[in-house]
Amino acid sequence: MATEVSRPTSRRAPRQQIGLIEWLRKNLFSTWYNAIITIVLLYIVVQAVTSFVSWMVTAPGWPAAFTNIKLLLTWTYPVDQLWRPQAAMALVLLLLGLSAGVWGGTVRMVAFGAAAISVGIGFAAFTFPDLPDQTSLPGWLFMFLCAGLLVGSDQLARRLGKRLRWPLIIAWLLSYPAVILILRGGLGLPIVETKLWGGLLLTLLLAISGIVLSFPLGVLLALGRRSSLPVIRVFCVLYIELIRGVPLVTVLFMGALLLPLFIPGGESIDALVRAIVAVTLFSAAYLAENVRGGLQSIPKGQIEAARALGLNVFQTTLLITLPQALRAVVPVLVGQFIALFKDTSLVVIIGLVDLLGAAQNIVGQPQWLGTPGGVWRETFLVIAAIYWVFSFTMSRISKRIEDQIARSRH
Amino acid sequence: MAVGSPSVPPGKINIPFYRDTRIIAIIVQVVFAILVIAVVWFLYSNMINGLRQANLLPTFSFLSVPAGFPISESVIEYDPSMTYGRAFVVGILNTVRVAVIGIILATLLGLILGIARLSDNWLLRNVALVYVEIVRNVPLLLQLIFWFSLTRLFPRIQESIDVGGLMFLHNRGITLAWPQASNAFGAWMLWVYAGIVIGIVFYVVRRIQFVRRDRPGVALPYALLIALAVALLGFLVTYLTTGVWPVSLSVPVLQRFNFEGGVTVTNSFAALLIGLVIYTAVFIGEIVRSGILAVSKGQREAARALGLTPGQTMRLVILPQALRVIIPPLTSQYLNLTKNSSLAIAIAYPDLFYVANTINNQTGQAVPVILMLMASYLSVSLLTSLFMNWYNRRIQLVER
Repeated sequence: MATEVSRPTSRRAPRQQIGLIEWLRKNLFSTWYNAIITIVLLYIVVQAVTSFVSWMVTAPGWPAAFTNIKLLLTWTYPVDQLWRPQAAMALVLLLLGLSAGVWGGTVRMVAFGAAAISVGIGFAAFTFPDLPDQTSLPGWLFMFLCAGLLVGSDQLARRLGKRLRWPLIIAWLLSYPAVILILRGGLGLPIVETKLWGGLLLTLLLAISGIVLSFPLGVLLALGRRSSLPVIRVFCVLYIELIRGVPLVTVLFMGALLLPLFIPGGESIDALVRAIVAVTLFSAAYLAENVRGGLQSIPKGQIEAARALGLNVFQTTLLITLPQALRAVVPVLVGQFIALFKDTSLVVIIGLVDLLGAAQNIVGQPQWLGTPGGVWRETFLVIAAIYWVFSFTMSRISKRIEDQIARSRH
Repeated sequence: MAVGSPSVPPGKINIPFYRDTRIIAIIVQVVFAILVIAVVWFLYSNMINGLRQANLLPTFSFLSVPAGFPISESVIEYDPSMTYGRAFVVGILNTVRVAVIGIILATLLGLILGIARLSDNWLLRNVALVYVEIVRNVPLLLQLIFWFSLTRLFPRIQESIDVGGLMFLHNRGITLAWPQASNAFGAWMLWVYAGIVIGIVFYVVRRIQFVRRDRPGVALPYALLIALAVALLGFLVTYLTTGVWPVSLSVPVLQRFNFEGGVTVTNSFAALLIGLVIYTAVFIGEIVRSGILAVSKGQREAARALGLTPGQTMRLVILPQALRVIIPPLTSQYLNLTKNSSLAIAIAYPDLFYVANTINNQTGQAVPVILMLMASYLSVSLLTSLFMNWYNRRIQLVER
């Protein structure tokens, strides 16, 4: 339109100002039943919080968790080798920091979140007891260094820019075997038997192994389930539904009992490997269903266009459908990782000592027998807090990625 | 095929067999099948060889051998002189018991949570949020062990914690007041049957009326109400005529060493049930919440504009549409609860997994036990999903 339109004199929208009384009336006492709910809930909340706080202040069992922090974190991993879990963690954080510099966005948020948590743990670690014969860094120093490492490598990668991208992807792929090598030994490092591993170390290792190792298998199963070849499809459907129909403990139980029978000389396979195999086989079925959801969300036109351009089936899958499908299911995969992280606590049932197992052992230590009521409440509360911080942080990250994907669609 | 020659008749083109997708498909499948069979055969023969050396060839004959171990609680009659087969059935029934009660309670609590999360009351909304965020980020097994340890802190039975005279907490479990049939129960049941018949007749008549007039309407709630009213009337009439209430509350009374009356559940069962319900309710609550949010605002506004009351809007417009979103994920939560009940082994509740584990330890028959275990879980899962899928199809039809 060419005609000049006189702009209306602009005026600010009236500001909505709500006083305290108004807010209370609107949010807590809007109707008679809301008023009743508010009062009753307020009474319960005040009661619960005050009794919980007063219990926390007077609870006698806190030393149980804090003097045994080493057992909770690494269980019986040799004290003179503790630098190795630290080195493994530093390696992963270094890669995370570098990735933050290269990719930015959510990855940077994750890295800075990890740095903030490291600083927090660093301060808390001042209260941890020193270990005899310790060749590793003290906990507080290590955590502060971790935070520095994250921020520093982020800055470094920003300078170096995009040319780090491919080396980093390769480094991430190699990081899993590297971490295992550092922890277990070999190539000159003394071997640390896996039966000595435990605590949070084992919990994280099982969850990460479950996701990392089940990833290729899960993707293959998802593709197989959508295949047009009936033999492959039926096999994949049977596998997925069979595993999803039974509880994880059954699969762990099978791993512990049947795996040694299936493979000649299998009695020598150690318990950790059996658990990892079971967790991987279990997780793959769920991962396959998640990836299938992503594959289904891709419009058919994408595949038709790729075929019309002359790409064959493999090229279409690898270059067109899978990348889009995987990007779409990242939040769901984080969700699956959280579930797996919590579910790995079931390995206590087959006799491994993860974070929960370590806590149960500490509760049973003879020196706490005299404590009235036992020390289980304090110890379990501490490990619940550890589990909670990890799961909650990851669920926030997943939410954030989800929002980002949703925004990029519009 | 060149661009300039579109008229090459199909079938005339000579495709080498290794480029013919139909033949490739067959070859790939045959190779895949051979590979799978080879791997399975390899694993199977290793297993059989190993077991033969250990003189433990898989057999189901142990099922008819006396089990010889006690099971702390059972729905059906059981003692150690009964067979392993019987023990296994006891395990299945114990799993079904905790799963059914757990599913009902978790659904109720989840519904409350889901609605509370959407409440306009700030405090209620946030208390629900805190509950959700705490419970879902802590492993279920840890929660179960926590509840179990808590129930063991309860005092000896003689010093039970009395909750309103109807519930008693003690270190052997929880004793609850429970309804008990009296000798007038039979007379009352006649009224109940009459109520059901009248309700069905009313329902059928109303449906026919709706169809004749070609108008939508609800009949089921009123039919249920009528049946309930008849049953309640019968309850009163039976009392007035016989002088005895047909159902009375059996209140537990503390004797020297035990409670008389009421029902007592073991602390394993109580801890398992509490843990499963509290954990699963969180997920159900989130499903209910997202289901209600998924119904677009326009639907509610349109319903209100058409003159429907808020209650009618909820019942006739929001809920039917929300249910369609809610049912499929709800099914998988029900299955999760059932599968999660296998964690009972950590707190000594004799469920399916616990019993199967004991049988395996005693007989060494790992393979048959695992097969039976998996078959049982799979059939429970299958039955639940069949039922839920049937229900899902039913409510899907309401849409059209």
